[in-house]
Amino acid sequence: MYSEKVMEHFANPRNVGEIEDANAVGTVGNAKCGDIMKMYMKIEDGVIKDVKFKTFGCGAAIATSSMATELVKGKTIEEALELTNKAVIEALDGLPPAKIHCSVLAEDAIKAAIVDYYKRQGLEPPAGLCSGDCDACAHGHDHVME
Amino acid sequence: MVYFDNAATTRVKEEVLEAMLPVFTDNFGNASSTYTTPGQRARKALSDARRTVAAALNAEEREIFFTGGGSESDNWAIKGYALKNKSKGNHIITTAVEHHAVLHTCEFLEKHGFEVTYLPVDEEGAVSAEQVRAAIRPDTLLVSVMFANNEIGTINPIAEIGAVCREKGVAFHTDAVQAVGAVPIDVKAMNIDMLSASGHKFHGPKGIGVLYIKKGLRLDNLIHGGAQENGRRAGTENIPGAVGLAKALSIAVETMEEKTAKLTAMRDKIIDTILAEVPYVRLNGPRENRLPNNVSICFRYIEGESLLLSLDMKGFVVSSGSACTSGSLDPSHVLLAIGLPHEIAHGSMRVSLSGENTMEEVDAFLAELPPIVRRLREMSPLFEGVEK
Ligand SMILES: Cc1ncc(COP(=O)(O)O)c(C=O)c1O
Repeated sequence: MYSEKVMEHFANPRNVGEIEDANAVGTVGNAKCGDIMKMYMKIEDGVIKDVKFKTFGCGAAIATSSMATELVKGKTIEEALELTNKAVIEALDGLPPAKIHCSVLAEDAIKAAIVDYYKRQGLEPPAGLCSGDCDACAHGHDHVME
Repeated sequence: MVYFDNAATTRVKEEVLEAMLPVFTDNFGNASSTYTTPGQRARKALSDARRTVAAALNAEEREIFFTGGGSESDNWAIKGYALKNKSKGNHIITTAVEHHAVLHTCEFLEKHGFEVTYLPVDEEGAVSAEQVRAAIRPDTLLVSVMFANNEIGTINPIAEIGAVCREKGVAFHTDAVQAVGAVPIDVKAMNIDMLSASGHKFHGPKGIGVLYIKKGLRLDNLIHGGAQENGRRAGTENIPGAVGLAKALSIAVETMEEKTAKLTAMRDKIIDTILAEVPYVRLNGPRENRLPNNVSICFRYIEGESLLLSLDMKGFVVSSGSACTSGSLDPSHVLLAIGLPHEIAHGSMRVSLSGENTMEEVDAFLAELPPIVRRLREMSPLFEGVEK
């Protein structure tokens, strides 16, 4: 049911862990729903120098977290904000329909960390960004559902 | 591969397959073709199978009906009895932890005017005969309580519940799909009026089941058509299936004692080792009154599907009641019914053994499991700070 790419990222997730001196941390999802993603970033001069994640969740949740970190690592904030769940799905050679929400969470987790960064810098985050504290299992944003 | 998912389904035994094969190719006749030799042979194979099943349950041959599986048996028992007897009342009692074949059937009947009480269970997943007694009303038609739970292995006090139903004059159905072939069953001594069984749970084929219906009990038909199964269940009989089910059941019953001893030793080793060696875990279901082949454990701070996938990569097949494996947003209704919060229920693992498993497999599993749990916890944001 999972692509080889998903299984590979599940078996060998990239960028797992914490960043001690992170200046951007975002958490999305909740334990009640069965998935939580926490992203740590080290952002310097507008570039995501380092990114790490911790995830409580199913195989797809771990694989999408891993892939999302790969897709934004070394990118500028502006580039990272363009990340879509669809890009995560494509990079993983697809996800089963019931797991699409994991890719949505991964996108949200990246964005929640960036919102945190803006807040820590005393800046106004770009309009319409999810800060991660929407307390619902059926995530209510307008994302690409395939 | 080490297969520990025998509550989901089992491997067909060689002896069972051997018993079935001639029915596909040599004795392939239609049991309704009364006057031909192939028809007669087919009829004999079917009636032999029926007799074997009847003996295993202490029932009579004419009380055994072959169906398309456990789900059909549950549907037929509950819908068939409720529809036929609605003049007696419209209240049905069942439990919150039944298989969906029972729960969704009851929900269907609710849409058609029946009233259903879903009894809560205790923290080990059992209902008591006293609970059933207290729930019976003058308009109660039917009580349906599962013999043993498929997720957490809890065995209910079926004989006591049967006695209460008999005393109150209410029909009693039990979904014994996980119990048949695993624990001794006597439909007479236990006052069971209807009992569902399924071939593929005890090394028989899939798509064949049994409904025991006590003689004299009146049910509407579910499958309408020809006059097969004494006019009560239409459709050309699945004779290879019936022969396979009967063979598998007779082996299961003959070997029950030694198999129970072996399974119980393996089960208890898994439970004891995990409880001793892995922190932040809980056993679901009771220590006593538990199916000999069932282990159900929740691991805190991790999610069941990722545990199941990790074990699968090491060659161990288990299952989980997490939302991610159930295909819905909620974890298993059974784990919620025993009072677990969602986040703990998401971290469940079920190991279900069969007589074909070995202690070597158990030991290999117990060596692989703790590092996998540790790795997933180290990846989990919920575990942050727990051990610091
Ligand atoms: C308790 C219980 N009832 C009913 C069923 C359904 O049986 P079947 O798969 O033969 O339809 C199962 C098996 O999944 C079960 O475990």
